[in-house]
Amino acid sequence: MSALLEVRNLKKYFKTGGGALHAVDDISFTLDEGKTLGVVGESGCGKTTLGRAILHLLDITSGQVFYEGRDITNPNKSELKAIREKMQIIFQDPFSSLNPRMSVSEAIMEPLLLQGKLSKADIMSEVRVLMDTVGIAERFENSYPHELDGGRRQRIGIARALSLKPKFIVCDEPVSALDVSIQAQIINLMLDLQAERGLAYMFVTHDLSVVKYISDDIMVMYLGQSVEKAPSDELFSNPLHPYTKALLSAIPVPDIHNKTKRIIMQGEITSPINPKPGCRFMARCQHASEECANPQTLFESSPNHFVACCKYKEINKE
Amino acid sequence: MADNLLEIRDLVVEYHTDDAIIHAVNGVNLNVKKGETIGLVGETGAGKTTIARSILRILQTPPAKFCGGNIILNGEDIMNKSEKEMRRIRGNKISMIFQDPMTALNPIEKVGFQIAEAIGLHNKITKSEAERRACDMLEMVGIPMERFGEYPHQFSGGMKQRVVIAMALACNPELLLADEPTTALDVTIQAQVLEMMQSLKENLGTSVILITHDLGVVADICDSVAVIYAGSIVEYGTAEHIFDNPSHPYTVGLFNSLPKLNSTEPRLKPIKGLMPDPTNLPKGCAFCERCPKAADGCAAGAPAVLEIEPGHFVKCLNPGGDD
Repeated sequence: MSALLEVRNLKKYFKTGGGALHAVDDISFTLDEGKTLGVVGESGCGKTTLGRAILHLLDITSGQVFYEGRDITNPNKSELKAIREKMQIIFQDPFSSLNPRMSVSEAIMEPLLLQGKLSKADIMSEVRVLMDTVGIAERFENSYPHELDGGRRQRIGIARALSLKPKFIVCDEPVSALDVSIQAQIINLMLDLQAERGLAYMFVTHDLSVVKYISDDIMVMYLGQSVEKAPSDELFSNPLHPYTKALLSAIPVPDIHNKTKRIIMQGEITSPINPKPGCRFMARCQHASEECANPQTLFESSPNHFVACCKYKEINKE
Repeated sequence: MADNLLEIRDLVVEYHTDDAIIHAVNGVNLNVKKGETIGLVGETGAGKTTIARSILRILQTPPAKFCGGNIILNGEDIMNKSEKEMRRIRGNKISMIFQDPMTALNPIEKVGFQIAEAIGLHNKITKSEAERRACDMLEMVGIPMERFGEYPHQFSGGMKQRVVIAMALACNPELLLADEPTTALDVTIQAQVLEMMQSLKENLGTSVILITHDLGVVADICDSVAVIYAGSIVEYGTAEHIFDNPSHPYTVGLFNSLPKLNSTEPRLKPIKGLMPDPTNLPKGCAFCERCPKAADGCAAGAPAVLEIEPGHFVKCLNPGGDD
């Protein structure tokens, strides 16, 4: 059985005045129906670009994307339209991703109108069903985004993404613009929808506690590359890459008694323009040595746990 | 009380717009002791930033309107000060770190000058002396002083926030208002900035009011915590009180809403509903409609503040966790 989505050696470089910016550099993963892949990393590590490249919102530099075993890397126009029905996105900022001049029902209706398969009456009833599914009361049907709070706006974004009954949704920081109490409501909604419809999510975020909660597998990205990939619990209980370790230790935990010792990283993320061939984390890594200047490859340290660090055995000995 | 640096008494702030009156701060009382770090926690629109800006008196009036209360710094009421006197306090005795370092710096001034400007304004010293001190400040926040002559766009987000912190601390303020100082930063950079604020606090003895919505950050550096909901403080206590024995149903709800790293619960427990409309606050407890423990009396009138253990105050008729 083939996976719902497979990404092979995906690369996306941007041309800049200073050279090629390696936004996504050789990323591979597979995602099964009903599962969630969490993608975490700092701002600028390429996680949003990865999501957009998979959906063909950006052209791919090289690599392949398969959907249900079919190669969809270079679709023609009608193929692209068909793919997009199956693959949708929820954007980060519900304040700027909605058209301020479209009412709630118009916004939710738009994908259905573009699809052109349903009659006007069917579309209207479908909109009501969608609003009910995501928990927006019918009285908001004719409201405009500025009249709604962030949580409701994000629900509209979710309803739009669901409207064409996709199987795969890229969730690009869907809750980071929301307050914690509202964030929890939206996460629960997304989990319910996944259970009902067997949706596969690629959940892009920098919030590690959210990602642990929602993901089956987690991929940690650093400067366009995947440095570690493992099942969620395994990654949190047994992080192997020094970057993952530092990232996990940096999470502020709402507990005053169990303060963990922080690994404070030196410096900041380096430039992704024309990076050197070796480990990109080298400049901030306390374990760095000469061998790190060689290109790193993902190594399967235990079943399904991949790490791209030539010194991981040495580091994790104690 | 002699050891209180700042006392806020019954502060009421409203915003008057053409359409409505927004009740942003409704009778807030808060004491800040010398050297204490106090966390102000609450959701967007709870009134946290309005309180901080009231302390500096930098709210734009109108639309904002002070409708009552006192803010007392070292025994003197700030509300009665002239604008001229206020200018001597701002940046000198009280300074503020703004949320977004990208917009808090002047893009066409060198960062060193922006720090030196604050020092020069509040101290009778020469320009070169002010610049020398600005260099010291840069070094203190971990930026090499060779970067004195660079512009904000040459710095990354974390570095810019350090510049803003250096500027805020340049005159050794007695009180630092930090408005979501790490919200715009990545966790790894946040860890660096929190570590730095912690050590500065220990070395300089500055009192800090830290405004945040992140309970993890509060657990990290705060001595005491005030939880704000719809413009009033619903729970106040030491960090131990709040984290070990959260007693207002809203505080309990906030903790339950957080995904926990070490829990295996299949679902989060969000607080149902939304914050009440600040133009039309309910007569009784503002949290009543969302409260799992709401009883008959809750909607009738504003609940009184109870001291449920020494130093731990809750504004609720029916306090206590639900577990």
